[in-house]
This record gives sequence, C-alpha cells and structure tokens, in this order.
Amino acid sequence: MKTESKLEKLLSQGHFVVSGEIGPPKHANPEGIQKHTALLKDYVDAMNLTDNQTAIVRLSSIAAGVHVLQAGGEPIIQMTVRDRNRIALQSDLLGAYSLGMRNVLCLSGDHQSFGNHPTAKNVHDVDSLQLIKIVKDLRDEKKFACGEELKGNEPRFFIGAAANPFADPFEFRVLRLEKKINAGADFIQTQCIFDMERFERFMAMVRERGLHKKAHIIAGVMPLKSAKAAKYMQQSVAGMIVPDEIVSRMEKAADPRAEGVAICVEQIKHLQTIEGVAGVHIMAVMWEEIIPTIVKEAGLYPRPKAE
Amino acid sequence: MIIAESKPLAEVAGLIQGARKVLVVGCGGCVTVCLAGGEKETGILAAALRLLRQKEGNPLETVEVTLTRQCDPEYVDMLEKYVTDDVEAIVSLACGVGVQFLAERYNKWVVPALNTKFAGGTVEHGVWEERCGLCGECILYKTGGICPIIRCSKSILNGPCGGSQNGKCEVNPETPCAWQLIYDRMQALGKLDLLMEIQPPKDWSKSRDGGPRKVVREDVRLA
Ligand code: SF4
Ligand code: SF4
Repeated sequence: MKTESKLEKLLSQGHFVVSGEIGPPKHANPEGIQKHTALLKDYVDAMNLTDNQTAIVRLSSIAAGVHVLQAGGEPIIQMTVRDRNRIALQSDLLGAYSLGMRNVLCLSGDHQSFGNHPTAKNVHDVDSLQLIKIVKDLRDEKKFACGEELKGNEPRFFIGAAANPFADPFEFRVLRLEKKINAGADFIQTQCIFDMERFERFMAMVRERGLHKKAHIIAGVMPLKSAKAAKYMQQSVAGMIVPDEIVSRMEKAADPRAEGVAICVEQIKHLQTIEGVAGVHIMAVMWEEIIPTIVKEAGLYPRPKAE
Repeated sequence: MIIAESKPLAEVAGLIQGARKVLVVGCGGCVTVCLAGGEKETGILAAALRLLRQKEGNPLETVEVTLTRQCDPEYVDMLEKYVTDDVEAIVSLACGVGVQFLAERYNKWVVPALNTKFAGGTVEHGVWEERCGLCGECILYKTGGICPIIRCSKSILNGPCGGSQNGKCEVNPETPCAWQLIYDRMQALGKLDLLMEIQPPKDWSKSRDGGPRKVVREDVRLA
C-alpha cells in the first residue's frame, strides 16, 4: 500500500469498486454536497469532486472534498491544469492532503471557451501527464517539481488519471494510457462508455500491453435521463461516442428514465465480465440520487468494508 | 512573420479625437505582407479618418509616410522631418513593436491602428494562420515539426487530450487537433516511439514569463 486511501485498499484487495461523482455547486452553500454524500456513501466506495467542471466556476473541489469527508464519504478530488500553474497545483496538493484528501484525479480540464468565463486566460503551465508525475514525485521522491526536497511530511496521494477510449487517434489512446501509467498513475477512470464494442477493443489492447496489471482501470458509465440527453451526448460532446442503438432505445422507451437506468445496469454487468476492468465510475450528472438504485440493481450492494 | 489586422475605424478615430493634425505611419515589413499596414493601407486609413472627421465638422489634417520597418531605429530616424510641432498625434500601422519604437522616440501621443495577432504565415491568399508561440526554446524536433504549444488549444506536451475527435480539436470543429497532426506525421516518419517519452514541464522562463527577452549577438555589435 502506497497510501492511506480507502480506494487503494479496496482495489488492492481485489474488490470491484464503485465510484460516483458529485458536482460542487455554483454557490458557497455546502448542503447539497453533504446531502449527496449522505445519500451515496453506502453505495459508492469513493466520490469524485469535479474541479470547475466544463470551465464553470464552482465551489472548489478541495473544499467540497472536506465536506464529503465530514459527511462520512471518501473523496477523490479532481484537479485540472487549466486554472493553476505548477506553484498553485503543488500548494493545493499540500493543502488538500493536510485536510484529509487521499485521492487525486489529474486532468487537463475542459477548455475555458466552454465555460462561463470564456475570455479568461488559461494556464496550461503543465499538462495532465506532467501533473501525474508531479504528484508522484512529491509522494515517492519527496521532491517538488523544481527538484527541491520536501523537508516535512509529503502528501501521499493515490494518483488517478483519465483515459478516453473514444477520442482520436484511437490507436494512440492505449499508448497514452501507458504513458500516464509510466508517469505514475495508480488508477484510471475512463470517459463514459456507450460504445461497448470500441471499449472492448480498447481493453484488448490494454491487456496486450499488460497495463491492467500496472494500474486499476475503472470504467465510466452514465445513466441517461432522456432521448434528448442521449442525442446531445452523441452530437455535441467532444470525445464521446454514443451508438444510434442507444439513442433509439431511449427514444422508444415509455419511461426514458427507467430505460436509462436499465441500460446503465446492463453496461455495468457487461463491464464486470471484461478482464482488466477493476470497477465502475458512475457519472450521474445532476442526477446523483439515482446512483443507489443503479448500484443495487447491478448487484453491487452492499459495498465491501475496507479492513 | 507577424500577423496583424486593422482596428475598427471608429476605434482609431476615437483615439485621435482631439487632434487636428496627425501623422499616419505605415510599415513596409510584416504588416505589408499581411495587407494590414503597408503603404496602401496607410493611405486608405488616412483618407477614411479625414472623411469621417469632415462629416463630423471637425476636419483633420493628415501626413502619410511608410517606413521600411518601424522596428529599426535607422528607419525610424527617417521620420524626423515629418514629426513637426503641429503634429498632435501619430497613428502607427505597425505591429506593437513599431508603435512602441515610435512612442519611445517622440514625445507625442502615439496610437496603434492595428491589433497585433500572432506569428504565422500565409496558408492561402487572404488567410493567415498562427504557427509559433515564440516560446524561446523550440521543440519542433520532438513533435514532427508541428507546434503543440500554439497549435494545441491546451499547449499539451504529452498529448492528445480526451477531446480530440475525427482529427479535430474539441475547441472548434474547424481547427485540426495538433496532436492528431503530430501523431500522423510521426507515424509516417516511423518515429511514433519518440512520442512515448514523457516530456517534462516546459521552461517558461525562456518564454514571456521571464520578462522582456533580449537576444545579443556580440559578433555583430558595433560598439
Ligand atoms: S516550440 Fe516554441 S519556438 Fe518552436 S514553433 Fe512552438 S512556440 Fe515556436
Ligand atoms: S483536441 Fe487536440 S489540439 Fe485540441 S486541446 Fe485536445 S489535444 Fe490539443
């Protein structure tokens, strides 16, 4: 065990983990986060706190992580390189660890042009892969990015990275995953999977390179609420593939929400059969309340206790 | 070369509102090539400013001159005889460098007539594209001759990001994903393995973050 992360413990014990996601609010009231944590904590092993998701200003992921911790959950703080340079990133890592955070997901972040401050100056001092290495060097080498030694406690994070099997160039996706693992990623959360066939091909390449043995791969799923949402995902979200079959299933459904849950549960059951998939990450954007239902219906409840 | 484009006429007119006589200075360098600030554009701008002011009943006198370059003191010297006492403002149709060189030299109100955009080239007549972010330490040899610093919207050195699809950047479906271009080129060159090397954080002190930069060539200095 490299860290005190509960997520790491469960993964290393071979449990099929379940993580969820909470989007911090666009205001300073933590009640929603506390409420969602209470609702989810028995159904997921860890919860991602998004970092100014889609480049929209929100309550900080680290602060949100503190609320999750206080409400009895295990936070995974997301950290994008869009908004901070290497000084701010490392400072926030030290701060987050001091507040009890044990998991961090290193991301590029959506481009600011998509958010509510499109005229902002972005940072991109380092990229997501370099951030992974920075977090690892802080932990394993006790060194700052500049090479200077940490004189006191080092932050010991369980390091996460993202992989998107649905972006292009497809063949390079696995190599880039390998690069992230080489840089220090301990676990990987993937983009939402709708195109199972492509994901299977991706995982075959992952296994061929033995990457599933070097990092824990957690597959992303998203319950769809409506046919409109499915269409939107298919047409307007960069780096996402939604097969027509799923859109038409949503269109034909008498109860689209129930159908969305059913599709999601089917996907989770399928993912459990794929060698090298260590868990699922449920991204129920603005629909966090549905996660317990999905987890129960997928037969993943109750969650294991980390000894 | 440096690519620039004209500021809207009304904006330039606003900047010299109080002046009765202005010197309008074009530049024969980059901005002539990108059709933003050469002799022709200088004449057109001066005429347009005069016309506008005439309509307002506040006539403007203009003197027009185009220097070979505004970023070289020896050419700026040639402006001396035009900068008479009655010139109340100077309008520069150079990039920001030219504007600053004129402002440094003359105790006059110097205003830019152009918006300086980027370092790029002509991809077809009338279309210019950014190619370099002037980062101070070129890494094109690592990326197949395609600059990720300026052509990737997130300046990723270990790309591509998760938004790249069908060869396009997530930011704009018109923009090629720089990392798709890099991947394709490195593959064609049989050098994909080079992309597996982890590129460390960039030394931005060589870029603008190190303050104003200076290049000194001792071998060609006169003094
Ligand atoms: S690497 Fe730097 S110098 Fe080279 S093209 Fe890109 S921005 Fe310009
Ligand atoms: S899509 Fe390509 S060019 Fe655009 S930000 Fe991502 S890697 Fe860079």
